[in-house]
Amino acid sequence: MAEERRQKQCSVSLPTESMKAMAESVGVGQLQEESCAALSEEVSYRIKEIAQDALKFMRHGKRRKLTTNDIDNALKLKNVEPLYGFQSQEFIPFRFASGGGRELYFYEEKEVDLSDIINTPLPRVPLDVSLKAHWLSIEGVQPSIPENPPPAPKEQQKVESTEPLKVVKPGQEEEGTIQGKSQGATPADGKGKDKGLIRLKPRSTHELSVEQQLYYKEITEACVGSCEAKRAEALQSIATDPGLYQMLPRFSTFISEGVRVNVVQNNLALLIYLMRMVKALMDNPTLYLEKYLHELIPAVVTCIVSKQLCLRPDVDNHWALRDFAARLMAQSCKTFSTTTNNIQSRITKTFTKSWLDDKTQWTTRYGCIAGLAELGPDVIKTLILPRLTVEGARIKAVMEGPVVSNIDKIGADHVQSLLLKHCASVIAKIRPQPDNMEQYRTDYGYLGPMLCSHVMKARTQAALQAQQVNRTTLTITQPRPTLTVSQSGLSGSAGSRTPSIIKVPSSLTLMTPRPGTPSQPSPPATKYIVMATSAGASSTQQVITLSSSQSASPVTSTVPSATSTLQPLVKLESGSGPGLTSSRPMQKYIVVSLPSSASSSLETKSSVLPTSISTTPLEAAMKLDRSESPGASTQSPH
Amino acid sequence: THDLILHGSCFPFLNLAHAHFIFKMAAVQGGLADTNEEKDIKTEPSSDGFGNNNANDGRVLSTSPGSSASAGINKSATGAPEDQQTLLAVLQFLRKNKLTESVEILRREAGLPEDSPELKGSDSSGAGSGGAAGSGDKEGGDASSLLSRVTISSSAVAQTSSVTAAGEDQPDVNVVLSAYNQQGDPPLYQVYYSGLKKFIESVLDCHRAELSQLFYPLFVHMYLELVYNNHESEAKAFFEKFSGDQECYYEDDLRVLSSLSKREHMRGNETLMDFRTSKFVLRISRDSYQLLKRHLQERQNNQIWNIIQEHLYIDIFDGMPRSKGQIDAMSGSLAGEGKREANKAKVYYGLLKEPEIELPLDDEDEEAENEEGKPKKKKPKKDSMGSKSKKQDPNAPSQTRIPLPELKDSDKLDKIMYMKEATKRIRLGPDNLPSICFYSFLNAYQGLTAVDFTDDSSLIAGGFADSTVRVWSVTPKKLRKVKSAADLNLIDKESDDVLERIMDEKTASESKILYGHSGPVYGISFSPDRNYLLSSSEDGTVRLWSLQTFTCLVGYKGHNYPVWDTHFSPHGYYFVSGGHDRVARLWATDHYQPLRMFSGHLADVTCTRFHPNSNYVATGSSDRTIRLWDVLNGNCVRIFTGHKGPIHALAFSPNGKFLASGATDGRVLLWDIGHGLMIGELKGHTDTIYSLRFSRDGEILASGSMDNTVRLWDAMKAFDDLETDDFTAATGHVHLQDNSQELLLGTYMSKSTPVIHLHFTRRNLLLATGAYNP
Repeated sequence: MAEERRQKQCSVSLPTESMKAMAESVGVGQLQEESCAALSEEVSYRIKEIAQDALKFMRHGKRRKLTTNDIDNALKLKNVEPLYGFQSQEFIPFRFASGGGRELYFYEEKEVDLSDIINTPLPRVPLDVSLKAHWLSIEGVQPSIPENPPPAPKEQQKVESTEPLKVVKPGQEEEGTIQGKSQGATPADGKGKDKGLIRLKPRSTHELSVEQQLYYKEITEACVGSCEAKRAEALQSIATDPGLYQMLPRFSTFISEGVRVNVVQNNLALLIYLMRMVKALMDNPTLYLEKYLHELIPAVVTCIVSKQLCLRPDVDNHWALRDFAARLMAQSCKTFSTTTNNIQSRITKTFTKSWLDDKTQWTTRYGCIAGLAELGPDVIKTLILPRLTVEGARIKAVMEGPVVSNIDKIGADHVQSLLLKHCASVIAKIRPQPDNMEQYRTDYGYLGPMLCSHVMKARTQAALQAQQVNRTTLTITQPRPTLTVSQSGLSGSAGSRTPSIIKVPSSLTLMTPRPGTPSQPSPPATKYIVMATSAGASSTQQVITLSSSQSASPVTSTVPSATSTLQPLVKLESGSGPGLTSSRPMQKYIVVSLPSSASSSLETKSSVLPTSISTTPLEAAMKLDRSESPGASTQSPH
Repeated sequence: THDLILHGSCFPFLNLAHAHFIFKMAAVQGGLADTNEEKDIKTEPSSDGFGNNNANDGRVLSTSPGSSASAGINKSATGAPEDQQTLLAVLQFLRKNKLTESVEILRREAGLPEDSPELKGSDSSGAGSGGAAGSGDKEGGDASSLLSRVTISSSAVAQTSSVTAAGEDQPDVNVVLSAYNQQGDPPLYQVYYSGLKKFIESVLDCHRAELSQLFYPLFVHMYLELVYNNHESEAKAFFEKFSGDQECYYEDDLRVLSSLSKREHMRGNETLMDFRTSKFVLRISRDSYQLLKRHLQERQNNQIWNIIQEHLYIDIFDGMPRSKGQIDAMSGSLAGEGKREANKAKVYYGLLKEPEIELPLDDEDEEAENEEGKPKKKKPKKDSMGSKSKKQDPNAPSQTRIPLPELKDSDKLDKIMYMKEATKRIRLGPDNLPSICFYSFLNAYQGLTAVDFTDDSSLIAGGFADSTVRVWSVTPKKLRKVKSAADLNLIDKESDDVLERIMDEKTASESKILYGHSGPVYGISFSPDRNYLLSSSEDGTVRLWSLQTFTCLVGYKGHNYPVWDTHFSPHGYYFVSGGHDRVARLWATDHYQPLRMFSGHLADVTCTRFHPNSNYVATGSSDRTIRLWDVLNGNCVRIFTGHKGPIHALAFSPNGKFLASGATDGRVLLWDIGHGLMIGELKGHTDTIYSLRFSRDGEILASGSMDNTVRLWDAMKAFDDLETDDFTAATGHVHLQDNSQELLLGTYMSKSTPVIHLHFTRRNLLLATGAYNP
């Protein structure tokens, strides 16, 4: 009972260097090492003592967080003058600095110009304390009003779905049904309560109040309607609203039915909307979807592997939907797969089975591979890599053989780039250098040489990143994720370019391995290391891959600076945006190379080209958290 | 005697107790075992010759002459000269510190001659001769060693007391600690400890649990001994090796211990002082004890035996050894379990007789408002009144046991209101749960720290961390101040509505703020008549506020440290407060000094409650014990141990028989006051319980916690299931069933609002409060 929780309690004390630094700061020059050690022990002890007293004040203050006031009060107990004026906006006010082989943290104290303070407008007067009464419970039943928390918290939903027989809704059941819980007690209990043995599944009501019905109607209409702004709002609501538990079964049915109908009708846009709803539901921190997976998973899988998802398979970008759905699938595997439901292994089996089938169409093939690849490098290693040779031969047959149909060719092309994209990084990790074209060809067949260049690229990138650690770090806030669907009329990305969100062809954006839309409406500023490149002709990075619609094989080398099709666009925003918390003035570089003409598209690892750029159905906000954009190289590929 | 150690006392006789105590310690250390103290344990060993054994070992191992002498002296010396000697030493000490008054008192009480010699020299000769008379061959060494100690310690005391002249007067650390001075072989400590561990693990199951109780106190004392003797690295190794074996509920204390690694740190460390000054109490069956003794004897495990004798109090009982569960239920406090005798005193837990109130007014009212209901209502009321007045509860204290204030007319009126409301009260039960109304404090940035309701639920008071106290009216009736003196002069004093006229309409508002404290307000309590409000604060004062003028009337100063809680007596006039100085004080509103000081807790007194009959006060403490004090004589009549964390909530059942307590460990424990037993454990909360309240008829217990929930428990069932046979009552061994889930009637989550106060209205509606904390 005691062992597991006990960490090392002994001997945590301040480093002697701190003692030195503090001594220096008060003008004591050379402090003996011994005195430092003695001091640090004494100081550590006193600090612990004070912290323990401060804890008392926290408890009596009915708080969970220790505040500086508690420390002050504890100091007062010891007859020590409290620290006056310790005020900080930030949680940890220390700054880190290193240099000369020393690492130290310091407390940044800026000189403040008094006139600035005087001239700043007064902040709003905080509201006065007030009392508000509401019913927490009426004769034992908690009314669902906004003042009360949502009826079923996520943990409870989880317990309910995993152990449905043990659970009783608190405060709403009669005494008798509660007995089930005390089963764990020793049988020597000797009470022999018979009714305790009967485990009843709690009845759950699925009646929706009028408001809920209205809400449901509004939300579903907005989600599949034509107004994108409304849809964004609706999805936001699904992703964040804490009270949707009651409506979850309806949403789940709505999605599964919707997919069923729209697949038949090949309505790509609606399928995308529905998948985004799934995503939003998954992102909602208060919902636990386990109970509804039997409806959601088939819908998602349909969107991954269906033979046809759109009316014009040669034109519409249904690949993006497949990618997106595959990522959703991977996410739900990660979240919900347990030893009892075996979601991941069952899904893997399904994908593998249809992939192995010779008659499978290229679209389905693509879906299967995408679905497997998203499950992680281990799955790629064990299931995809061994099949590369076979798959390569199949692709070769289509690409170089007699022209069968354009659709097949596009399909094969997509499968090829998908394989290259996912396999390269895995191979780069497991295969020792050097990368030999011929060796690759013997190992992987037709795809070998291309793989080889991709792997080399991945390695250089990793290396590049390694040496970059010491460079300037820059912060780029993650833009709000949007996966917008523009109907085929709205072609080209050039028109809707805004300074804040750069829209690029979808194939570029959807490459993040997770369905990477953060669930929080305002995510904390995430820090990414981005290499700043100078604008101009010399911005030739090895990462950049140029491809034109004619060339099937991607060129993996430096972009000749003379290429007129590329005009690197460097955006420089100085000052800190609203999302940036650091007080240092910061520069934000977003380096993007944009196609100068509609005929060329730009990609990093793989070049998947929409055959006709005029219909780019999917656009999304680009995220710079991966090494997707040329010139912006980031962390090593996973 | 330990209970007498007071900190921050200002009375000479307490100082005397102090000094006496210190010397006693010195005496024990120097080889003069105090007979009173040691009797309990000493009887056993001397009967089977263990004393001899001890002496032999002492000769072999000891380095100081004092310890080797101990056995010899102990046997040969009779009580009287020893006492004489000690007294003389005390006198000398007092004189040295110029405490002439105390000298006088002590001399008078001890019946010593006035003309006792002036100075040290003659004193020492007197002491020496006393020693010689008693102890035969070793007299010289003994006397001188005692004296040298006396002088050393007294000079030390003189030093420290001059330093802390203004502050509190703690027992001198040096002297207290010097008991750790015995030198064992430091590297062997691990061997000793693991030897004992091995032994205890190998004994029969039935004894193992009991003997396992020894681990923790032994561990602590051995560690402290190592630290005291500057074996830092050995201490650290010892701690690392064995701290993992201790029960998890001692974690907090272990953390304190672990930070303590140098002898200098021991000075002024309260936890350590607690360990040293109070013996750790263990209850062990005779069989198990014999087993242990035999083992230690065989192994010649002197070190451990010394610790057991000096620092532990082993409460031996006859009968079956207790099970692990039984022990775990009762252990966890800072100083072990309460002794059995501690809970034997008679407690008059019954309620006082309700005063006879004539109800003509009431009847008239009812006739006016409801003619049908009259006959029905009248009867039960008469009955209840009749039964109360006729039979005097044998467990109730006599009406005049403590003087209570006379009932005023307004009080009688209120009583009548109360009875009228009571007839409309909902009968609660498992099938009839109360409704809960939650009062959220919004925008309480400054931190809500305490809340109280008036009994009639018309006012709420909140104490805040920014030192303010705010009072709200939750009825449409607004809060008004009394007019100024000049305006009051103009009022027609003969008019019927004079009470109405004295109020200043212009000041009417829903809430009032009371300024006066200079630190966070941690405790708050309304007087039963709703005229006063008490608040206790970090600034060390308790303040009495008038709810007529909304001004501060009195600041009660006595606690020098934060006052954690205060509570008005249900009959008014008296109140109790408790704080960081480990003392609970009983006050009367018209005295600026406390009437009683309840001292005995080993750590902060964190919460205080009055018994419904005002004759007793319950206090909960950070030392994880609950004590019940008799207001009449200030005695501690109950010690309840079993909580594993500081206690933050207490509630008496309306019939006065039971006590419920809640702590940071998230458990509610139920206690039978009459028998002094733990009778129930309610598990379910996941964080500190800040509030407990019984429904008006005692059927339901509500608990509010930091985990944002209000939980309702079936109190009737918890108390009904109780079978208190004579055996259990006699031994104090409880068998607790784990039936929390059956007793839990409901859990109600609030929206990120910790529940810090609960209150049942007179009609059994539950009110809960907390600060919304998004």
